Amino acid sequence: MTDQAKKSALLPVTRVSGRPIPLPGNDIDTDRIIPARFMTAITFDGLGELAFRDARFGADGKPLDHPMNDPRFRAKGPRVAIVNKNFGCGSSREHAPQAMWRWGVQAIVGESFADIFFGNCVAMGIPCVTASEADVASLLRAVEADPSQDLVVDLDAMTATRGGTSVPVSMPEGARTQLLRGTWDATRILVDALPKVRETADRLPYVGGFAR
Amino acid sequence: MGKSLLDKVWERHSVRELESGQTQLFIGLHLVHEVTSPQAFAMIREAGLGVPFPDRTFATVDHIIPTDTQVRPLADGQAETMMSAIESNCREFGIRLFTPESGHQGIVHVIGPELGLTQPGMTIACGDSHTSTHGAFGAVAFGIGTSQVRDVLASQCLAIQRPKVRRVEVTGRLRPGVYAKDVILDVIRRLGVKGGVGFAYEYAGEVFDAMSMEERMTVCNMSIEGGARLGYVNPDRTTVEYLRGRSFAPTGDAFTRAEAWWTSMASDPDASFHDRVSIDGRGIAPTVTWGINPGQAIGVDEKVPAAAAFAADERATVEDAYEYMGLAAGQAIAGTKIDVAFIGSCTNGRLSDLREAAKVARLGRVKPGVKALVVPGSQAVARAAEAEGLHETFRAAGFEWRLPGCSMCLAMNPDKLSGRQVCASSSNRNFKGRQGSPSGRTLLMSPAMVAAAAIEGAVVDVRDFLSKAPA
Repeated sequence: MTDQAKKSALLPVTRVSGRPIPLPGNDIDTDRIIPARFMTAITFDGLGELAFRDARFGADGKPLDHPMNDPRFRAKGPRVAIVNKNFGCGSSREHAPQAMWRWGVQAIVGESFADIFFGNCVAMGIPCVTASEADVASLLRAVEADPSQDLVVDLDAMTATRGGTSVPVSMPEGARTQLLRGTWDATRILVDALPKVRETADRLPYVGGFAR
Repeated sequence: MGKSLLDKVWERHSVRELESGQTQLFIGLHLVHEVTSPQAFAMIREAGLGVPFPDRTFATVDHIIPTDTQVRPLADGQAETMMSAIESNCREFGIRLFTPESGHQGIVHVIGPELGLTQPGMTIACGDSHTSTHGAFGAVAFGIGTSQVRDVLASQCLAIQRPKVRRVEVTGRLRPGVYAKDVILDVIRRLGVKGGVGFAYEYAGEVFDAMSMEERMTVCNMSIEGGARLGYVNPDRTTVEYLRGRSFAPTGDAFTRAEAWWTSMASDPDASFHDRVSIDGRGIAPTVTWGINPGQAIGVDEKVPAAAAFAADERATVEDAYEYMGLAAGQAIAGTKIDVAFIGSCTNGRLSDLREAAKVARLGRVKPGVKALVVPGSQAVARAAEAEGLHETFRAAGFEWRLPGCSMCLAMNPDKLSGRQVCASSSNRNFKGRQGSPSGRTLLMSPAMVAAAAIEGAVVDVRDFLSKAPA
C-alpha cells in the first residue's frame, strides 16, 4: 500500500503541530519545489529529499544557504511550513506537495496560495491557511530567532500558535469543512453519487453526441 | 441579470452541492498524460475502484517523449517505464490512448482541440495546469493534481469551489508584429502573476473577436501564469467553423443542434462579473520576459525596469531575477545574447505559430553557435506543416525540425538547456531551472520573435525583420 492510500481513510484534520520551517519568498513555483527532471517516475516515492533540490544544492552538489539545509531546522518529525504570497504557482504537479509532505510538512501557513497547489494539498489532507502579511512576517522573524518551538495550526479555532502567541488564520470554508470532517479525500463521496452523476451526464446534450 | 458562460456551464454540470459547500461537478472531458496519471491509476487499483465513464477520458504521451527518435524502447529507461505504464493503464481501464503509432499523438492541449474533443460548454479537466488552453472554445477547463485525476477517473467528478469571473477586455486592433502571445504576456504583466488567483478570466473585446482559434488558445493557455486557473473566450462563428469536420465533432443534423447549444452557452449581454479590466490593444508591443516569472515582461523596445518601479513586496523577487538572469535595471532587453531558440509547446506549437515563425526564418539563417529547435505540437501539426514545406523552410534556415512533444518547455525529455544558457522560447514559463538546467535562463516571446532571435543571435524586434520581408 502506498503512503497515500494509507492516508486516505477518513481522518479529520483539526490540529497540526510541528517544527517550523521558513520558506520565504513570493511566487515560489512548483518547478522550484520539485524540478521536472525528478518526475520521470510512476510513483511519488523518494521525492522528500528532492524537495527544493536546486535551491538547496549547487551544480557541484554542495549545500547552499537554504532553510532546509540549516541544522536548526533539520530536526526530524512533523513540520509546519511558513511561506509568503502565491506559494505553489505554476505547474499543477502534485509532486510538489507530495515532496514537501514526504519531507515532513503537514501544514502550511502563508500569505496566499496558488489555486491548484491549494486544491492538491486539501486532497492530500494538508491544510494551507492564510495569515496577514504582518503576522506572517512576525512569524518568520520569531522562528528565525528561536526555531525550537513548535508551530500549531488549529482549524477549529482558526489560529496559528507558537509559544504563547496566536495569530488568526483563514481558509475557504469548503476546504476547512473537508479537513475538519475528514472528507478531504473526496473520492468515496463523489463515487457515492454515481446514479446522480449519470443523470447529470444524460441531461448534457454533448454526452449523447447531440443525437437529439 | 444575465449569466456568464461560467455560471451556465457550472449549473449544467453540477451534480449536487456537497456538505462542504463545494460543488460536485461533472467533468465532460478528461484528458490524461503520462506524468500526472500513473499514481492516480495506482490509487484506483488499490482502492478497488473502477472507471465508470472510460469513453470520457482520452490519453496521450507528450511530456517525456523524445523529439529526435521515438523508437521503442525509449533510450531513457524511466521514460520507457512511464510510456509502458500509460499503455497498460489505458488498456486495463478501457481508455483511448493516442501513441505515436496512432498518428494522433501530440501535446494534450494541442490534440484535444484538433481532434474536436474540446467543445464549447464542456467542463474539461487534466492533470496539467495548461488545461486552461481549452477555454478558447468556451469550455470551463482547468488543471488538477494527481489525487483529483483519481477522483475524475473514479467518478467523472470533482469536489470544487466555483471561481469568481473577471472580464478582461482588449479593445481595438493589434499592430503588425504583435501576436496573441504578446497579448497574454501584456495581460499578465498588468494584472500580475497572482492577480488571477481565485478567478476565471473571461477574455472579450475586438482583439479576441478577431482572433483565430489557435490565437485564442495561446491566450487561454497562459491564464494560469496570471494566477487564473481558467480563462475562456465565448463561443462564436469562429469557434463553430473551427469545429466543423473535426474527427470527434458531431456531423449533419447533430452538428446543427450542437451549434445552437454551443452558442447558447456564451455569456449573456447583461451578465454580471466580479470585476472588469480593459486594455487598449493598440498599445501592446512585441513582449519579452526578462525575469523569473511570466509577469516580469516588457516591450522589446523597453529597458529592464528598476526595482523601485515595483510594489515593495515584489522587490525581493525582482532583485532575485536580476541576479539569476544576469541582467541589470536600465539595460535594454533587445540585444540580449541567446544560445538556444525553442519554437513549440502547448502555448505556441500549432500550425499558425509555425507559419509565422517560418515567415521570419525565410529572411535569414540561424546565427552560428545558436541551437534552434522547432517542435510541432502534434503529429497532425507536423503533417500539415510538412505539406506546406515549412520543415524545409526551417531546415534551410538552420533550424532542427523535430518530432512532436512538450520538449524544451519543461525538459522532461532529452531536450534541455545546459549550464547558464539563455533560451529564446515560445513556451509559457521562465521559472528558474524550467528548461532543464538548474541555472538555465528563459526569455519568453512569440514564435516569430524566437525565430528572429535565432537569426540575430540576440533578442531583436521582429518588426524590424518583417519590414525587410518582400510584400
